[in-house]
Amino acid sequence: MNEKIDALLRQVQRPARYVGGEYNQIVKDKSRVDVRVAFCFPDTYEIGMSNLGMKILYGIMNDMPGVWCERVFAPWGDMADRLRAEHIPLWALESGDPLGEFDVIAVSIGYEMAYTTVLDMLDLGGIPLRAADRPGLKHLVMAGGGCMCNIEPMADFFDLCFLGEGEDLDREVLELYRTAKRENWDKARFLRAAASIEGVYVPSLYDVAYNADGTVASVTGSDGAPEKVRKRIVEDFDGCYYPTAPVVPSTEIVHDRVSLEVFRGCIRGCRFCQAGHTNRPVRSRSAGTLLRLGKETLENTGYQELNLSSLSTSDYRDLSALCDGLLDYCRPRGVSLSLPSLRADNFSMDIMQRVQQVRKSGLTFAPEAGTQRLRDVINKNVTEEDLLNSCRVAFQGGWNGVKLYFMLGLPTETDEDVLGIAELARKVYWTWKQHAANKARGVRITVSTSEFIPKPHTPFQWEAQVSREEYLRRVRLLADALARTKAVTYNWHDAEMSYVEAALSRGDRRMSAVIEEVWRQGGRLESWSEYFSLDRWLAAFPACGLDMDFYATRERPLDEVLPWEHMDCAVSRRHLERERARAYEGVLTPDCRAGCSGCGASSLLREGVCRG
Amino acid sequence: MDKLRLKFSKTGRAVYISHLDLMRTMQRVFSRGGVPLKYSEGFNPHAKISIILPLTVGTASLCEYMDFALTEDRDLAALPSELNPYMPEGIKALEAYQAPCKGAELRWLRLNGVMKGGKDAACYADFFAQSSILVQHRAKRGVRTDDIAPSIRLARFTDTAEGVEAELILHAQEPTVSPELMMAALGEDAPAYFRFTRLEAYKEDMRPFR
Repeated sequence: MNEKIDALLRQVQRPARYVGGEYNQIVKDKSRVDVRVAFCFPDTYEIGMSNLGMKILYGIMNDMPGVWCERVFAPWGDMADRLRAEHIPLWALESGDPLGEFDVIAVSIGYEMAYTTVLDMLDLGGIPLRAADRPGLKHLVMAGGGCMCNIEPMADFFDLCFLGEGEDLDREVLELYRTAKRENWDKARFLRAAASIEGVYVPSLYDVAYNADGTVASVTGSDGAPEKVRKRIVEDFDGCYYPTAPVVPSTEIVHDRVSLEVFRGCIRGCRFCQAGHTNRPVRSRSAGTLLRLGKETLENTGYQELNLSSLSTSDYRDLSALCDGLLDYCRPRGVSLSLPSLRADNFSMDIMQRVQQVRKSGLTFAPEAGTQRLRDVINKNVTEEDLLNSCRVAFQGGWNGVKLYFMLGLPTETDEDVLGIAELARKVYWTWKQHAANKARGVRITVSTSEFIPKPHTPFQWEAQVSREEYLRRVRLLADALARTKAVTYNWHDAEMSYVEAALSRGDRRMSAVIEEVWRQGGRLESWSEYFSLDRWLAAFPACGLDMDFYATRERPLDEVLPWEHMDCAVSRRHLERERARAYEGVLTPDCRAGCSGCGASSLLREGVCRG
Repeated sequence: MDKLRLKFSKTGRAVYISHLDLMRTMQRVFSRGGVPLKYSEGFNPHAKISIILPLTVGTASLCEYMDFALTEDRDLAALPSELNPYMPEGIKALEAYQAPCKGAELRWLRLNGVMKGGKDAACYADFFAQSSILVQHRAKRGVRTDDIAPSIRLARFTDTAEGVEAELILHAQEPTVSPELMMAALGEDAPAYFRFTRLEAYKEDMRPFR
């Protein structure tokens, strides 16, 4: 560390997050590397280092000879201000080299509120923001992650995007880049060639035309770019790369533990859930593979906790055997096993009780809606009976805290549904009163609500978001109804961020100007309430000639061309429309194992059959 | 095996690792190295480790000490080489042994460092040669004023091309005087930049601490 940087680091909060040097970091000899990748995560070190996707791709890229992938995170405000004041460019952790020295800037985006942070990181690194302002092959900016299913709002900034899972895509694109660099291709030639790789989306090769009313008229690919970009997946998930020697941070992060990904995709078809629709089909690892990977990773990291991650871990077929196997290994070593929020059913509670013998944490359930009617609308296959049974088992087993998550503003929601949440919370309280093992300790029931955000590639992609005023009215209605039950604490998420997220998630590429304007006005790290400001967005939309409500609170007719329809996530539009109709009829759709609903995702598999 | 002590150094990029983070890191190093630390009993078990004199973030050290206990007998001489492959960059185990005394017996530290953007060596030497040097610092109960002069055994300064080089011997525990506190005592004459390294630890009578 040179003196200028040392002095800087000693004036900021938690400097360890800016210096690298952690155990298992990968350092290569620069003279033997021909492609240098700066893997930028548009959030803090503590968040980014918790991200499994980043660990996977860091491992995969660094396994390629001649490629060196390093990590870059967004500095906290105090650090960002000082870097700017002292004209020190943002650097990568492993080498300490500034962003400008890298060939490829790879960005991982899982959350729309990170968009302004992407711009901020590019700017801190001295990289021009817009793809059009980066004429050469150097400083190629590519993006991947959950947001790619509609990345149109960031279209002006990215050279190419990866739709779907990056394991194979990253390798293929970097090999192509290596060839292009060696043979001195120009950027246009490289992008044309990259666009022919399945899963690659080159925004600049598409032309978007608009109708007079501001809706999209057409999206047309040129220069041989595919009409629709097809999502890539890893078909053999059991044999798929898993990072068993990830970087172990020397400072505390959010998820400071081994995260073992048991399967990808989800068999449930919750109609509001984007991840559940864009990550299909389900592909699992065998219990044997998971045991081996889990042990290996614990040994290589020294972590004392292992988490089984997926979109719905209760649905893992061999969960019981897997937990037993892991517990046999973990218990004698003082390693605790943790499960993410489980489904409220008997099977899950049985698992939970066995697992939690090591260390007891709180229980979390997500019924999402307060009445059976509305849970049927959203296809959340959980009944009140399931939930109360699970709570009874939990209270009998000594738990004295339950968290319940709900959404407000779901399609067709009425005041009766909102009040149903309070009713359900009261029933949970009565269950505790009847069954608690030890009432002296009291009970903590926490109800949390967030505002429903309609997302692309879901059956609710055409829905309007309710206005902030309406959301707050429903919040007050619920708060009043819960006020009578003292054991229940009610937390609600602010609607301001949900409003921006709703606009961004269904935006078109004209919104790039808005994002840039918000960043110019100081927007960065906006998923942090410390830094978020709705006013900047309210000002930027009209300044760029756009209307935020057009994107957030407008219901789209079925015949409208949606800005993301050239992104093919394998679930057919026919399926989404059918699911939407069933939602309005309040008809449940069985999960994938109970009966295939023909969503289309099986077409990604060679044999065309999901095995769930 | 109980009452064991590890001497280690913390330099380079590791100087930014805070005390709490270092405790967590050390637990993981032992776990990766397959050296089983003894854990406390009870509801929330934690490794029985204690770092004798927490180091300020930004200060390097060649003489850190951590007390620990193991659940099995190990060859202590081999321990550093067994742990070092599992350390993050900048932390190095130097020696492991049965602790011959309590950690509280560590009383003096010798440090060297560099100071830039302030006064020259003679000015600092004069200042720290005073028989009484009063410093205000935040204590548990409000602001306290202490005389740090008795806690400075040596303060030698040399002008070099790099800035002023300093060699210090400071009382480390009860009372504690750190280089930061010394720099604060300089008030307006404090250097814009300084950086120190702990070199050696001593007992009250200046015999080496082990």
